[in-house]
Amino acid sequence: MSKEIIRLEGIKKSYGQSEVLKGIDLSVKESEVVVLLGPSGTGKSTLLRCINMLTVPTEGHVWVDGQDLTAPKVNINKAREHLGMVFQEFNLFAHLKAIDNVAIGLTKVLGVKRADALERAKKELERVGLGDKLDLYPGQLSGGQKQRVAIARALAMDPEVMLFDEPTSALDPELIGEVLEVMQKLAQEGMTMVCVTHEMHFARRVANRIVFMEGGVIVEEGSPDEFFDHPKTERARQFLGKFNGQFD
Amino acid sequence: MQLTFDRIFTYLVPYLLGGISVTLSVSFFALMIGAVVGLLLAFLRVYGGRVVQILMTAFSAVFRALPHTVLLLLIYFVIAGSINISKYWAGTLSLAIISCVYQMEIFRAAIESVDYGQMMAARAIGMSQVKAIFYIIMPQALRRALPSWTNEAAGVIKASSLVYIIGVVEIMRLAQYEIARSRQPFAVYIAVALIYFVCVWLTSFVLRKVEKRLAIPDIS
Repeated sequence: MSKEIIRLEGIKKSYGQSEVLKGIDLSVKESEVVVLLGPSGTGKSTLLRCINMLTVPTEGHVWVDGQDLTAPKVNINKAREHLGMVFQEFNLFAHLKAIDNVAIGLTKVLGVKRADALERAKKELERVGLGDKLDLYPGQLSGGQKQRVAIARALAMDPEVMLFDEPTSALDPELIGEVLEVMQKLAQEGMTMVCVTHEMHFARRVANRIVFMEGGVIVEEGSPDEFFDHPKTERARQFLGKFNGQFD
Repeated sequence: MQLTFDRIFTYLVPYLLGGISVTLSVSFFALMIGAVVGLLLAFLRVYGGRVVQILMTAFSAVFRALPHTVLLLLIYFVIAGSINISKYWAGTLSLAIISCVYQMEIFRAAIESVDYGQMMAARAIGMSQVKAIFYIIMPQALRRALPSWTNEAAGVIKASSLVYIIGVVEIMRLAQYEIARSRQPFAVYIAVALIYFVCVWLTSFVLRKVEKRLAIPDIS
C-alpha cells in the first residue's frame, strides 16, 4: 500500500452563518488522482483550498506528508512550497514574462540562483509545450497557454501534490484540450493530484477515484467506473443525468 | 527703470531662474519623502489590521482638509521654533506631509486594483505576505499608480511656490523682490508662469516616458 500524502479529518468551514463544509474526511495516497465532482457551490473549491490552507478550516485537521498544517505555529509558507496549485483564473503574475513567472518561486522562495532558476523554468515550459513563449507576458498569451504556464510555475517547485481548482472552467472550449492533455500526462508520470473539474471525460479517463460532493459533505466515493456506470446515490444519479449529453 | 515685455526673456526669466534650484529641490524632496512614507502607509492601510486602517483613514482625512499655507505656518512658527529646523526644511516637510496623504490615496487605489488572485497565487507557491507584496503586488501597483502620480508631482511643484511666505528664497520670493523694485507685477508674474509651465511640462513629459517604458501588456 502506497504512502498517504494528504489526510483531511472532520474539515468544517463556515462563513458567518453559512456552513460551506460540514465535516469532510478524505485521504489521498501517493500517485493517486482524485477528482472532486459536484454541483456548483457545494464547497469543492473551498475544500481544495483547505488542503494548502489558503482557506483556513473552522474545524478539523489537515495533514500533508505527516505534518498537521492546522497545528499552531506551523510554517505554512514552507509547507506550501511543495503543494502546487492551479487556479481557475490562472493568476499568472501579470508583470512577469512567462519564464519569470515560473522562475520567481525558485529564486524568491527556494533561493535558487537566477541562472539555474531560468534554466529550470525553461525546461518546465518546454514540458508543457511552451518552449517558444518564454519571453511573452501573460497579456500576450491565450487562456490555454496561460494555464499551462501556471502549471509549469507550480511544477517548478517540485510539488508532491498538485491541486487543480477548475483549471479549464475559464477557457474557451477549443483551448480546454491542451490543458487537459498536460494534466493527463502529469497523472501518467505519477503525480499525486486533486482536481476540481466539470470535465467528465477527463474525470473518467484519468481519475483513480471520484469524490462526489454536495451541500458541503461527501455524498459518494468510488472508482470512475463504479461512479459513472453504477452511481449508488440518487443525488449522484441526478447530477450525472445533467451531463448525459457528454456521454455517447 | 523701464521694464517691458520684451525684457521678460533677456532679464526677468534669467533673474528668476536664480531660484529654480530651490524650487526644484524642495519639490523633489517633498515628493520623495511623500512617496516613501505614502507607499508605506498605503500598504499599512490595505493590509494592516482594523485599528491601523482607521488610523490611516483619519490621518488622511485630517491632512487632506488642511490648506498648505496653514500647515506651512504651523510647522514653521510652532514646530520649527522648538526643534530648530531651517525654513527650507520646514517648507519641504509641510509639502511632504500633505503630498504624503495624497500619495497614500494614489497608492492605496493602485494596490487595491491589483487582482486578489495575484496575492493568492504568490502565497500558494510559498511566498510570505511581505515577499508577495514586494515582488508581486508592488511592481504592478506602482505601474498603475504612475499616471496619477504624475499629476501629484505637478501639484507639488506648483504648491512649492507657497514656501515663499515663510521666507524661503525660491522663484516666487525672487518675483516679490523684483516687483518691489520695478513695480511691474504683470510682466514678472508672466515670467513666473512661464517658468512653472516649463517645469511642470518637462516633469510630466519625462514621467510619461517612464510610464511608456515600464508598460507591460495587459497592466494599466
